[in-house]
Amino acid sequence: MSNIPSDLKYVASHEWLRLSAADGVVTVGITDHAQELLGDIVFVELPQVGAQLAAEDQAGVVESVKAASDVYSPIAGEVVEVNATLEAEPQLANTDPYGQGWFFKIRPANPADYDALMDAAAYATEVGA
Amino acid sequence: MTAPKRTPLFEEHLAANGKMVDFAGWEMPIHYGSQLKEHEFVRSDAGMFDVSHMTVVDITGADAKTWLQKLIANDVSKLGFEGKALYSGMLNEQGGVVDDLIVYLTAYGYRMVINAGTTEKDLAWMERQKAGFDVSLKVRHDLAMLAVQGPNAIAKFCDVKPAAAEIVKSLKVFQGAFVGEWFIARTGYTGEDGLEVMVPAGEIAALFRALVAGGVAPCGLGARDTLRLEAGMNLYGHDMDETVLPLEAGMGWTIAWEPATRDFNGRKALEAAKDAGLKMKQVGLVLEGRGVLRDGLRVVVPGVGEGVITSGSFSPTLKHSIAIARVPVGTGATAEVDLRGTLTPVRVVKLPFVRNGKKVFE
Repeated sequence: MSNIPSDLKYVASHEWLRLSAADGVVTVGITDHAQELLGDIVFVELPQVGAQLAAEDQAGVVESVKAASDVYSPIAGEVVEVNATLEAEPQLANTDPYGQGWFFKIRPANPADYDALMDAAAYATEVGA
Repeated sequence: MTAPKRTPLFEEHLAANGKMVDFAGWEMPIHYGSQLKEHEFVRSDAGMFDVSHMTVVDITGADAKTWLQKLIANDVSKLGFEGKALYSGMLNEQGGVVDDLIVYLTAYGYRMVINAGTTEKDLAWMERQKAGFDVSLKVRHDLAMLAVQGPNAIAKFCDVKPAAAEIVKSLKVFQGAFVGEWFIARTGYTGEDGLEVMVPAGEIAALFRALVAGGVAPCGLGARDTLRLEAGMNLYGHDMDETVLPLEAGMGWTIAWEPATRDFNGRKALEAAKDAGLKMKQVGLVLEGRGVLRDGLRVVVPGVGEGVITSGSFSPTLKHSIAIARVPVGTGATAEVDLRGTLTPVRVVKLPFVRNGKKVFE
């Protein structure tokens, strides 16, 4: 059974979001469910810092032994940081998807967008958990 | 859809936390947590694979030898002593590969191991080929099979099964022997030393548990695929099938042309293709940068033509992507692969990539 932390937001393309109350920046990664489906992750491609993304824009690629999969921005905004450690150690997305396996940080264009996203219960229903 | 079939090790897979997937109509473990760790275990120590979905066929009768000499492209007359194994393609009249298989010489005749996904088709084909031959086929659904592979596989197996140790340690590569009802062969599909063990279905779970206790890691089909890919070994249905000539799929070494009088199925078609000039060849591809080569991706050889990746993945041993591809015979040292819309340069190398834990290509 996959882990779906209750303090995060989610989108149907299996990214999670964590809002920092301090600076309004949102951290994005892929969910435990997504990493389970992908299997061992061997490469990630992250967006450019400074990139302006719309919601559902492609923001990177994650490649596992099994398949390549696009990573989408779950929210519109500007990429302010990427996880360089993850590029060097892509398996962190398997072992710690909600922690060290984060992908990028984005400053939402419209902070209210965050509130409208799925909560843990809705995402659990989405993935049939 | 019929319900997926289960091997006698199904409960053991669940107990070992196997993630079960459908494979050729069988419910099989793809991994038990991490395909990469299982791969590494086989390269460095010892792992085991449930291969009970594959089919064992015993062949008897006065004409067993002459029948096999017609049925398969390699020549069973090479089998000089009991237990010796031979790898071969079983070809159709067009020279295409119906299946690839291993055949062992035994006291009673021959034992053949064929692929799971092709079993029904193979058996129907073999039945049709029997006309005029005194030969009997017995499908051994009563057996289960385990592949124990890795540099420490034989030693760990012998620790678990000391009664078989003397015989097992005497086996040379590509040789098997009966130990009571068990047939134990020093063969495999990983590029490492190891054994393939065929035992009565009711005895396999106890063997599996004993090997787990003896430090042999259960490994899934995912690791089996990356191991065989690194070892440059073909997978039926990917690297070759009924539409592909073995000469264009790296199987030229499995065709016994001598004696010229042996009229095996597909011989005339292969000779005609050779005379006309082969169009494609099998090579290895290496992508040292980021990205993963995948089955079915287009290979572009500028000025020469196009080919296709028949098996591609990430190589856990080499830490970059590798692939087996079928490309035009004129292909040189480099090619390009259409990787998600970008033509990406790759190196063209001779197979295999890895043997006995070490990189072997230039």
